[in-house]
Amino acid sequence: MAYTPQLLELMKKVEETRASRVGVNFPRMSQEERREVLEKFHPDYIEDGFREIKVGVNKGARMPTEMADVFESWSRLRDLEIDLNAPPDYDVDVLIIGGGGAGAAAALDAHAAGADVLIATKLRFGDANTMMAQGGIQAADKENDTPAIHYLDVMGGGRLENVPELARALVMDAPLVIKWLEDMGTMFDKKEDGTMITIHGGGTSRKRMHAARDYTGAEIMRTLRDEVINKGITVIEFSPAVEVILDDKGRAAGAVLYNLETEQYQVARAKTVIMATGGSGRLHYRGFPTSNHYGATADGLVMGYRAGAKTIYADSIQYHPTGGAYPPQLLGLLVTEKTRGLGATPLNIKGEQFVYHLETRDVESSAIIRECEERELGVPLPTGITAVWLDSPLIELTHGEGTVEKQLPAMMRQFQRFDVDIRKLPMLIYPTLHYQNGGLLIDENGHSSVENLYVAGEAAGGIHGTNRLMGNSLLDIIVFGRRAGRDAAAKSKEMPVPENLNLDHLASYHRELEETGAAEDRVGPILLPHYTHR
Amino acid sequence: MADKIAMVDIYLMGKRYTVPETLTIIDAMEYAGYQLVRGCGCRAGFCGACATVYRMAGDYELKVGLACQTKVEDGMYLAQIPFFPGRKANFNLEDIKPTMAHFAQLYPEVYRCLGCSSCSKVCPQDIDVMQYIAYIQRGDFEKAADISFDCLMCGLCVSRCPANIVHYNAALTARRLYGRYIARPDAFLEERAKAIEEGRLDAEIDELVVADNEKLQELYNNREIEK
Repeated sequence: MAYTPQLLELMKKVEETRASRVGVNFPRMSQEERREVLEKFHPDYIEDGFREIKVGVNKGARMPTEMADVFESWSRLRDLEIDLNAPPDYDVDVLIIGGGGAGAAAALDAHAAGADVLIATKLRFGDANTMMAQGGIQAADKENDTPAIHYLDVMGGGRLENVPELARALVMDAPLVIKWLEDMGTMFDKKEDGTMITIHGGGTSRKRMHAARDYTGAEIMRTLRDEVINKGITVIEFSPAVEVILDDKGRAAGAVLYNLETEQYQVARAKTVIMATGGSGRLHYRGFPTSNHYGATADGLVMGYRAGAKTIYADSIQYHPTGGAYPPQLLGLLVTEKTRGLGATPLNIKGEQFVYHLETRDVESSAIIRECEERELGVPLPTGITAVWLDSPLIELTHGEGTVEKQLPAMMRQFQRFDVDIRKLPMLIYPTLHYQNGGLLIDENGHSSVENLYVAGEAAGGIHGTNRLMGNSLLDIIVFGRRAGRDAAAKSKEMPVPENLNLDHLASYHRELEETGAAEDRVGPILLPHYTHR
Repeated sequence: MADKIAMVDIYLMGKRYTVPETLTIIDAMEYAGYQLVRGCGCRAGFCGACATVYRMAGDYELKVGLACQTKVEDGMYLAQIPFFPGRKANFNLEDIKPTMAHFAQLYPEVYRCLGCSSCSKVCPQDIDVMQYIAYIQRGDFEKAADISFDCLMCGLCVSRCPANIVHYNAALTARRLYGRYIARPDAFLEERAKAIEEGRLDAEIDELVVADNEKLQELYNNREIEK
């Protein structure tokens, strides 16, 4: 039994009230109530979690404090002499930084367009949030759906703050992406006759969520990775880029790589560079646990920003309402939205529901934070944090015995590994840091505001406005990975071999850091999270 | 109600460390002071980066697990296997078919399986690895694809195989063959892709792209939602 005697005692409240809650719907919030709880409790609105960045192209922009700190950091190459114009260690047309879904998709299309491609990645090829995406991938490929209908969902979900051309590219390419993946042998859920099985996701007006069981991202990632290897594309693992190199015209011309094992720096010269480094959940904004991969440390944002790439919506972060809170081994782990979809409801320490269980992600998260912080009705955990119950046994009371095992097998296995049978015991949850809505601004070909520097995947911003819908992230990484790959390959054909490679942008960035009194001990990108002495 | 957390002794590559008993192996290594580079990935049981082998003090049995999904126990002697060399046969999917002959050219070693079941015993996902190798031998790629689907490619099966089979790569090839050639194509997807490529759906969306926010909001609020 993983729950302590104290927790089991508290759990009795949940059991006492359970019978009275079956089939009873908690009222939804009014627009006014939603706005109020968001403004008071959503981390995006809590001003002391943010500050203005003092340096760089977006000087004055609002960012989470932890992000601004890592942006205002000194280069790892600050006191190092590297001869950038000696014969380089690698010399290619297209350098891709990052080996997740976006990087792999970019590599395949750049290679298909005839470019010489190199992937440099921080951890293993395929170590990325892509691998962890469970839910699905959206595409309007049914007769009652069109890309235009999908577009409206994307824009409305993104609070109409999306860059329209990016949202257009996202939805128009979507069916092509599904076909491309399937032609490579990706196993989507299908009926016997070949018809794609699609379901709703939060904020969709048509059933267009395609899945591969609950391993959708993993299935896509391993297929792409296998194909990249089949094509003979060079991949260097455990070699993150630490700075973008520019040429004498200020165009991206390669990167300095760092071998994590030998601790040596290497130079990769390239006619074009694609930044596909992913998100930043491991910066733990406001101390939140995260559902993100170990490598999600904002490296690409930092390097790209120093090189002059503009950001958009850097202050927009998605918190998923149901992250694991206990047992401690599951802290931050994603409890899929489907759990609430099947009828599990959040409850406070008195065993009372305090919010409708299917509000949008931002509202649901805020209500849980309010319950714990303002109302002080959270469940205190032995680990020192507070959480709320998610009454998963209610699922079986509502839909019948066996539903959890059939509908939530992965979730059940995850908790069973730590001796919590979610069919009988309620889960303990708290919002978890899930996704970076913004990033480096791109155009519809993935091009950033720095010539020959492309960005794809979670590192890019503008596509989703300030709120991404479920199933549009796996889509985005493939759509913009492929677009960036194709455009970078075409561009590299027009480009001569870059000359007069330099890191002059670091010198001016450092001057700004000096002038603004940035802390001396901050070095970025951080590459690896530091958990050694917590 | 902060309970006092009990501590246990574990041995990381032979060295003793005292760590809280609630930790996973990954967290315990960090607690002990390791800055992890290899052997750490998604930390949620999806990526297979943290395959670990261990023995309990005094016990003969070699155990395995994913370090992010396994709690420490007192007397655990462990080491990670962050990388295990496994051969991958390269292929052009358009040049091969789901036949035993094609597969045998890529992975002839699957026919050397001794039937010892070491692979199945060691799988942290409880996949019947030996069974899917048997399906592959018989050319039943559909069944092989189905039962191997939850594979994380952690490589523990390969580390134990006396016949030198690289199960996870063979399984991935089987799944790609199934997805490409055996699963039937979606009839409408093809048509939709063609319509997009020919620009037949441009007009409808371009009208929305140029619409102002007031118009978009109105369309969004009143959109029909499929039941």
